[in-house]
Amino acid sequence: MLRLVASNPSPGAVIRLEGVRLRRGGRDVLDGLDLAIPQQGITAIMGPNGAGKSLSLRVMAGLVRPDDGGVFHGLTDPQDIALVFQKPVLLRRTVRANLRHALAIYGVPRRERRKRLGELLDFGRLAAMADSPARALSGGEQQRVAMVRALAARPRLLLLDEPTASLDPQATDAIESLILDAAAFGTTVVLVTHDRGQATRLADHIRFLHKGTLTEAASADQFLLAPKSPEAQAYFAGKLLL
Amino acid sequence: MTGFGDAFAAAFGLIARMDADLVEIVGLSLRVTLSATLCACLLGFPLGAILAVGRFPGRGVLTVLVNALMGLPPVVVGLVVYLMLSRAGPFGALGLLYTPTAMIVAQTILVTPIIAALARQTVADLDAEYHETLRSMGAGAGARMRTLLWDGRFALMTAALAGMGRALAEVGAVMIVGGNIDHVTRVMTTAIALETSRGELTLALGLGIVLMVLSLALNALVMGARLSGARMSHA
Repeated sequence: MLRLVASNPSPGAVIRLEGVRLRRGGRDVLDGLDLAIPQQGITAIMGPNGAGKSLSLRVMAGLVRPDDGGVFHGLTDPQDIALVFQKPVLLRRTVRANLRHALAIYGVPRRERRKRLGELLDFGRLAAMADSPARALSGGEQQRVAMVRALAARPRLLLLDEPTASLDPQATDAIESLILDAAAFGTTVVLVTHDRGQATRLADHIRFLHKGTLTEAASADQFLLAPKSPEAQAYFAGKLLL
Repeated sequence: MTGFGDAFAAAFGLIARMDADLVEIVGLSLRVTLSATLCACLLGFPLGAILAVGRFPGRGVLTVLVNALMGLPPVVVGLVVYLMLSRAGPFGALGLLYTPTAMIVAQTILVTPIIAALARQTVADLDAEYHETLRSMGAGAGARMRTLLWDGRFALMTAALAGMGRALAEVGAVMIVGGNIDHVTRVMTTAIALETSRGELTLALGLGIVLMVLSLALNALVMGARLSGARMSHA
């Protein structure tokens, strides 16, 4: 029985997936997934390709409806949850117009938009490129715009799907700074990443997925030092195949 | 061939000295065509966006219908509008038959399906790219349609251009509802048809040349605006 419920998850969690099952192409890509995201800090979801990491983010964001299971959270406003994709899709407009559009979608009153727009451009260090066509920017700059656009909603839960997967170290550093800033402002962050270094730099908690199920949930310190599950151990040894 | 050459020379002469009749006919043609294209855009763009983004029963049937209506025969549209606007028709009291307004109505009906069908395709293609992003932002159907129409604005200019081309070249519908009345409803296409049938090739050719040049100029103008705008905003 599918349950998509906006209700309190378990204590200390901002969102919880319970027994989530999703069937695609004749196989269960999420296979009874139980996953609770802690209220505080940054949670990294790790696992091999095809483990169901990105799909679990989409289920949390409400973009994908699971075939079975429950999604529990107390986030009643759709803008409480924001999602940033690996490949940002920016509108065919300037950076400023992209952010103005987002503020309008988020229902920010017209008289407040100019002030908020200025704050967002400063926050993302985007002021110098505010009037450039967003799609003419570099990949790293585009991802920064996408991050700032997501944060314009002032979400309580920020979901990031490998946001630095195709970026150089400098652009990665800029995105990671924004992630840390968002977390410092009290936003719960869920980050899908393959990068152990990034998990070390950013994550407070790790959730390790394999074949659509959770195989390990631990603090980042503990997990990155010595993962307990055989799947995670094999993954870091470069031996885990889907 | 001498007659043909003479007719051409006389036609260029009409154009060169801005013959009053020619200017009047060209002016009315532009007024009717541009008004009809504008009305069709106001109707066709939202309709195309609704068909592309909306999820409602009958959407598939409506899409097929709009696509099929792209091939509407102008004389049939002219006949239907004539019946609607004639004294015994439901809108007869408005007294619009044989006026430029009736011609605009007929051409709007002809052109709207073309613009709507092309807009639907443009918006649907863009929606495939934007869908997840806009949904993740919590955009409702109305906001999504507005976003897609604005971001597809340069491609939609081509749809408008296709509609305008149809309106500018059309003769059957405007002939029936306008009546081709001198100084009232005579436009380029109806005048060419009339003058040719009377053997008055000079004015017919002059109008034909103007029609071709206007069509080329309008296309070049819109395509230029489209390309430079698209380049500037990387659309």
